[in-house]
Amino acid sequence: MFGYSFHWRTVWQEIPQLAEGAIVTLQIAVFSMLIGITLAVLLAVARRNEGSIASRLASVWIEVARNTPCLLQIYLAYFGLGALGINISSYAAVLGAIAFNNAGYLAEILRGGFNSISQTQYAAAHSLGMNSFRVYSYVVLPQVFRVTFRPIMNQSMWALLNTSLGMVIGLKELTGATQFAQSRSFRTFEFFLVAAAMYYVIAKIILGLAALVQWRFLKGGR
Amino acid sequence: MIEIKNLQKSFGQHHVIKGIDLTIDKGEVLCLIGGSGSGKSTMLQCINGLHSIDDGKVLVDEIDVFDKATDLNKLREKIGIVFQQYNAFPHLSAIENVALSPRVVKGMKRKDTLDLAAKHLEHVGLGDKLNHYPSQLSGGQQQRLAIARALAMEPEYMLFDEVTSALDPELVGEVLDTMRMLKDEGMTMIIVTHEIPFAREASDRVAFFDQGKICEIGDARQVINDPRELRTRQFLERVLH
Amino acid sequence: MSAYSGLSWSDLLFLLDGAGKTILLTALATLFGTVLGIALGWLRDSSRLVGWIVAPYVDVTRSVPLIIQFVLFNSFIAIAGYPLNPLWSGTIVLSSYMGVFTSEVVQAGLQAVRPELRRAGRSLGMGYWTEMRYVTAPLALRVVFPSWIGLVIGLTKDSALVGVIGYIELLRASQILINRTNEAILILLGAGLFYFIICYPISRYSQTLERKLKQ
Repeated sequence: MFGYSFHWRTVWQEIPQLAEGAIVTLQIAVFSMLIGITLAVLLAVARRNEGSIASRLASVWIEVARNTPCLLQIYLAYFGLGALGINISSYAAVLGAIAFNNAGYLAEILRGGFNSISQTQYAAAHSLGMNSFRVYSYVVLPQVFRVTFRPIMNQSMWALLNTSLGMVIGLKELTGATQFAQSRSFRTFEFFLVAAAMYYVIAKIILGLAALVQWRFLKGGR
Repeated sequence: MIEIKNLQKSFGQHHVIKGIDLTIDKGEVLCLIGGSGSGKSTMLQCINGLHSIDDGKVLVDEIDVFDKATDLNKLREKIGIVFQQYNAFPHLSAIENVALSPRVVKGMKRKDTLDLAAKHLEHVGLGDKLNHYPSQLSGGQQQRLAIARALAMEPEYMLFDEVTSALDPELVGEVLDTMRMLKDEGMTMIIVTHEIPFAREASDRVAFFDQGKICEIGDARQVINDPRELRTRQFLERVLH
Repeated sequence: MSAYSGLSWSDLLFLLDGAGKTILLTALATLFGTVLGIALGWLRDSSRLVGWIVAPYVDVTRSVPLIIQFVLFNSFIAIAGYPLNPLWSGTIVLSSYMGVFTSEVVQAGLQAVRPELRRAGRSLGMGYWTEMRYVTAPLALRVVFPSWIGLVIGLTKDSALVGVIGYIELLRASQILINRTNEAILILLGAGLFYFIICYPISRYSQTLERKLKQ
């Protein structure tokens, strides 16, 4: 740092590129969470039916997602499918792999939520003439999402951080775009410092939105 | 009319119901009394198919509850039940609790269900608590909410499973009053209860359950004031001192 | 093996070397990160000032992708004129990362010990350290240990990111081989199995332990 002069102007000129990357990052984080939650509900419900084939498949999914690196999951989606002749874009590979990863963690979170709901809630809902689908959608799941809201938000932070792995397979999300932009000037430190600040801001925005959702929609009950 | 014929039910090794025959007419109020584990709550929950059975038949308006072709959800619309444990849906306000089933099961319009819910909540004396959440209600209020929620489906029968057992003593009265009101309106009710004086004065018939069987059944005043069976007498002496 | 897979024995050795490096890096970062985390967690619990001072460090570590932390640290030491080999810069960043997360669980563990118990210990004439050694620390450990195991599993997986600064651990080695041999699926399944075999038994153990301690 002593013989080094910082060049912030170079970074400033590339801000539009970084912003485009940030949008890709935000997209993947949001979509991978939406897909992940949907899959996680299916996994968690499948898992409640112990011993069934669906339950075992769900367990395999959950354990693989949780016990291997997310980067490996991205490689499998990108290079692995590619080797099978299925070539998908780096965007699709990153989105798919992070959604897969999210689903595994979220299913485990939801399992805890399901366990916290007493059997009498199911009995009460059934006794009002609701079929199982209605019992889940109107009575059980809304309560599960309330008790698991914080851990789910925590997982969305991990989803955001995991999008940065896209750089490794050449996706121009925020990290990838930063990597690409700095490769022309080699002002690595300046560029990545700005990228770090942008991640920090995005993380805070997501947390702020979460607090808003919690305050606006999840008040009352429990 | 509800007909129960030779009902048998076990939980694993435990034979809880050992052959029960019982008929309840429209407009009748029947109280089931007896010690814990005598099978009365289990029998009650068999009527709307919340428990499976091992043998026998349960017919509600001549529909076989345990026939595979029976649409249980449809049947449950005409049988309301309130349980011992409070089970209001904690994520919904009182009015939403009551309005939910008419909307999602019967497909009524949201606006109409809210009016309906408000009507039933007022009926059980909760007209000032429409937007309260269950956590903001007392036990007695939660049980009245559960009654209103069941009534909103406009059932032809109401089942009550020890609805006052989990309540603080000072809250029991308001729930019993609500049930008396329903009797006066002509509702057909089967009530599992430990409140013997209530059973005597509010019901038409009383059945005493003992070890999975009906030991004695008859006119409410006769069974409680002048039981014919020794076991009934012993039970009543024990609970009334 | 080369006859039908396109992989040679030297490739396998290359992967094994990568696996060894993954284990080495994880072990070093676990060691330093845990020591740092215990110290930091204890300081944050015992002094509000320290908690306040380190809050931004904790916050930033948790909100910035690890991959960026690696690149930033690596370029920073290069700028400062003290370049390190990838193993050591990787170890430093991962240890700091592990330290932050460990300090969170340590602090939570200390806070889970009821103040009455701490006072009770002190009122029996125990000094601060004696009380810490015999009352608070053992009680906190019951809360901390299962979460700490979770962190070690996370660290094992996160070590895969050190590849970006040129440390050829298992996943980076796999990627290099994929580019050369076109045996993506075999290599990745092998690498995945390696991580799974390490992480899965530990996570099951930690779940059982957590259940046992809850009773």
